[in-house]
Amino acid sequence: MSIIRSLTLLFIALISLLSLPAQAQEDDPGRELLINLAEAPASKVEEALGAIVSSGDPRARSWLEAFGSNRLSRIKDTGDVVVVLNNRGRDWEIANPLTGENMGDMSRRELDRVAINNRIRGQLEGIIAMLDLNAADPDVREASAQDIMGKVDATLVKPLEARLELEENAAVRNRIEQALAIYRVSEGDIEAVDILAGSLHPRARAALNNAVRGDNPALAAKAKQALATIEQKLKLNRAAETLYFGLSLGSVLVLAAIGLAITFGVMGVINMAHGELIMLGAYTTWGMQQLLPGQPGLALILSIPAGFMVAATAGIIIERSVIQYLKGRPLETLLATFGISLILQQLVRTVISPQNRTVVTPEWMSGSLVVNDALSLTLNRMYVLGFALVVFALLMLIMRKTRLGLEVRAVTQNRKMAQSMGIRATRVDIMTFALGSGVAGLAGVALSQLTNVGPNLGQNYIIDSFMVVVFGGVGNLWGTLIAGLSLGTINQLLEPWAGAVLAKIIVLVFIILFIQKRPKGLFPQKGRAAEG
Amino acid sequence: MTIKKHVKLGLSALALSVSLNAMADEDPIKVGILHSLSGTMAISETVLKDTVEMLIEKQNAEGGVLGRQLEAVVVDPASDWPLFAEKARELLAQEEVDVIFGNWTSVSRKSVLPVVEELNGLLFYPVQYEGEESSENVFYTGAAPNQQAIPAVNYLMNNIGVERWVLAGTDYVYPRTTNKILETYLMDQGVAKEDIMINYTPFGHSDWQNIVSDIKRFGSAGKKTAVVSTINGDANVPFYRELGNQGISASDIPVVAFSVGEQELSGIDTGPLVGHLAAWNYFMSVDSDANYDFIDQWIAHTDDEEAVTNDPMEAHYIGFNMYIEAVKKAGTTDVDAVKDAIIGVTVPNLTGGYAAMMPNHHITKPVLIGEIQDNGQFSVVWETPSTVAGDAWSDYLPGSRDMIADWRKPMFCGTFNTKTGSCGASAGEMAAE
Repeated sequence: MSIIRSLTLLFIALISLLSLPAQAQEDDPGRELLINLAEAPASKVEEALGAIVSSGDPRARSWLEAFGSNRLSRIKDTGDVVVVLNNRGRDWEIANPLTGENMGDMSRRELDRVAINNRIRGQLEGIIAMLDLNAADPDVREASAQDIMGKVDATLVKPLEARLELEENAAVRNRIEQALAIYRVSEGDIEAVDILAGSLHPRARAALNNAVRGDNPALAAKAKQALATIEQKLKLNRAAETLYFGLSLGSVLVLAAIGLAITFGVMGVINMAHGELIMLGAYTTWGMQQLLPGQPGLALILSIPAGFMVAATAGIIIERSVIQYLKGRPLETLLATFGISLILQQLVRTVISPQNRTVVTPEWMSGSLVVNDALSLTLNRMYVLGFALVVFALLMLIMRKTRLGLEVRAVTQNRKMAQSMGIRATRVDIMTFALGSGVAGLAGVALSQLTNVGPNLGQNYIIDSFMVVVFGGVGNLWGTLIAGLSLGTINQLLEPWAGAVLAKIIVLVFIILFIQKRPKGLFPQKGRAAEG
Repeated sequence: MTIKKHVKLGLSALALSVSLNAMADEDPIKVGILHSLSGTMAISETVLKDTVEMLIEKQNAEGGVLGRQLEAVVVDPASDWPLFAEKARELLAQEEVDVIFGNWTSVSRKSVLPVVEELNGLLFYPVQYEGEESSENVFYTGAAPNQQAIPAVNYLMNNIGVERWVLAGTDYVYPRTTNKILETYLMDQGVAKEDIMINYTPFGHSDWQNIVSDIKRFGSAGKKTAVVSTINGDANVPFYRELGNQGISASDIPVVAFSVGEQELSGIDTGPLVGHLAAWNYFMSVDSDANYDFIDQWIAHTDDEEAVTNDPMEAHYIGFNMYIEAVKKAGTTDVDAVKDAIIGVTVPNLTGGYAAMMPNHHITKPVLIGEIQDNGQFSVVWETPSTVAGDAWSDYLPGSRDMIADWRKPMFCGTFNTKTGSCGASAGEMAAE
């Protein structure tokens, strides 16, 4: 009896324990706020967001963030709002936004996404930035102050001014002042123009441009003056930017061409499959990232030796199976290697997929290095530029300072004599071709960060590579470096006024004319070797 | 006696012909598939081949049509435009297929046109294109410019308040024609010439630094700016990557693309692209049971849990079902009978509505604007209140304004000029020139 009684008591206690959190959820004001947001028509969304912010709920920021990144959904049956943790595939992993508790997978058919569009997302960014202005970390505050530029409206002015009073960090203060000034200029405040006069931020310029077009002549005149000073500053930035673009494009050309400079330039083999060796390097990167999921950065670094090895092995196979039998017959080599390039492309299509593969850019390579508001250098391209220079330096070192380099130079200068001096010319051929192919593989690893990894990757670079090698002077690595960087820069200088298509044509025509004048390129081989 | 004999003969002849007919009915209906499985276009076209094969399988499992099974005849035109014409001839003349599903690029379609017109074939073309064409033998199940470009621009203008426009495209016929139409349309709407920037890039362009920086500068003039992108296929990926790296977010300068679908997005990390737009008539994320069933079927067919569906696949789904309906309605696979029967045929689409074949051989479609999400999918932010009928001849190009296409008798013409009241050359003749 007493056992039964105590069991019943325990049971009741358990029930009440279980129902307590459920009760709490029913009463949670957050539930109401979220359903309100989910049900709001487009015109009322702002109000619903305002209600969430002013509720002062500590979870508000996470809700807003989930809403902004399309992660809020409603369960069709119950109408409850949930946060979608993983929205890939047919079943989505969901969590309770109120308790953060994971609710497992649910079929997509059962869920209805809470809609958001760009206009609301813009406002949301402003609101989140406003919340972040109270963060402890001054970097976060500065970033959010920058986000808020151009998004200030009448409702944000008061809290922003209050925040400015409290702010001690100069950089953050500066940003907030500019953000406020943009709003004030749009309201016709002439004084505010002074604050924007030195700013290179596009939104500040946009505000001034609007003021120039506006119907307040005094304001327009002052804004025009401010814009003129900004334009002066911008000119210098633009020149630096174009130079960077040119060097970056040039470094890509150098990377793609430098392997060819060895196989074509030094050995004299016209290898039309060079582009596909680049492609193999890029696919190696993809393969590495598949092997090491979740660690794109490490995979990328490991792909550097792996890409080299894969492409070098492919190069050795090509050299042994085809090229060695066609020595001294350039036309046949050209056709045979062209065939190989088609075979390799189709092989990738059949074995892997005709679709492009996703190569993830690691965190430390995305985004850009901000020099000032008008000049920012994209990080992935900066890494590629550095990588190209390192590869070039290493290659120079191998050719100049190692036994292999010496033998390569000896064999290319006079094959017969090198052989009689005891150099195994066939072995040198293999090593040279492997080196050239391996470097193409390295180019592929780098290109996987800039362009699509797909079966057609190589085709896009083969013409450019030959162009660079011929322009630089066949057989001269320095020539390839200078030619690649200068062609890249010329192309980027021409592009703004000629357009991408015409710029490419002009560069090609220029090279044709140049080759007419100097058939051996920028830096021709000199001495007896060149005649041989 | 003689009469009896005659009757007997006649009866046996009748029996023979009946049995012959019955034998003919046993023959499968041959469905030609003309999509590149190798070369540059394989990236986009391979999935369409698989789609048609899947649809045939399903139809056969349901007992085929008119009691006959369907049989796929697959050829590979290898992304080689003249080869498309040869392969189309092979399909029609040697294989004697009843219908062809195929092509992606406009130039390949133009190459095939004279052949299908000469041999009187049927071609279902599933990709959005520049319009300015209507052939007796071709059914355009993709979008014409008025079913994609114009509604997208309207959305940007009215809902986002865009006043300054960048029209960026790859340098070939579809972007050039579409941009010409858009430029005329925008100027009709009162946009000043200096508020439109037009930019073309070569195929497979991968160095977008300068162009993105130009767009950024163009966008800082104080008016809301948007990019309308007709950049082809996967050249978009480095473009988007550059946008992300240079810090242009969708709330600053939104990009609306007409050639970026789920397939293209499956090749990139879409994190930085969230909020950029695409205009299509179908998205994989559309919330309808027909769509979820189609996705289940596709994943089962490809045996790949990550497989995505896209707009041209839906176009083939609609085209295939329209063909089946038309054959049922005509009671035969005879080309002329099917051509007559298909006009007015209505089948369900995957977005929860219906598609009807119009007399100009284009179909009705809803227009959807979707925003890119971080999972490589689009979320629909806007759609036309009702379906839009495809317009073969644009109202915004001089010369094309007065043209109409109507393949019903008595007009039966794809290039009827309402001013002169005469019928021009056929699409195939124009393509052959």
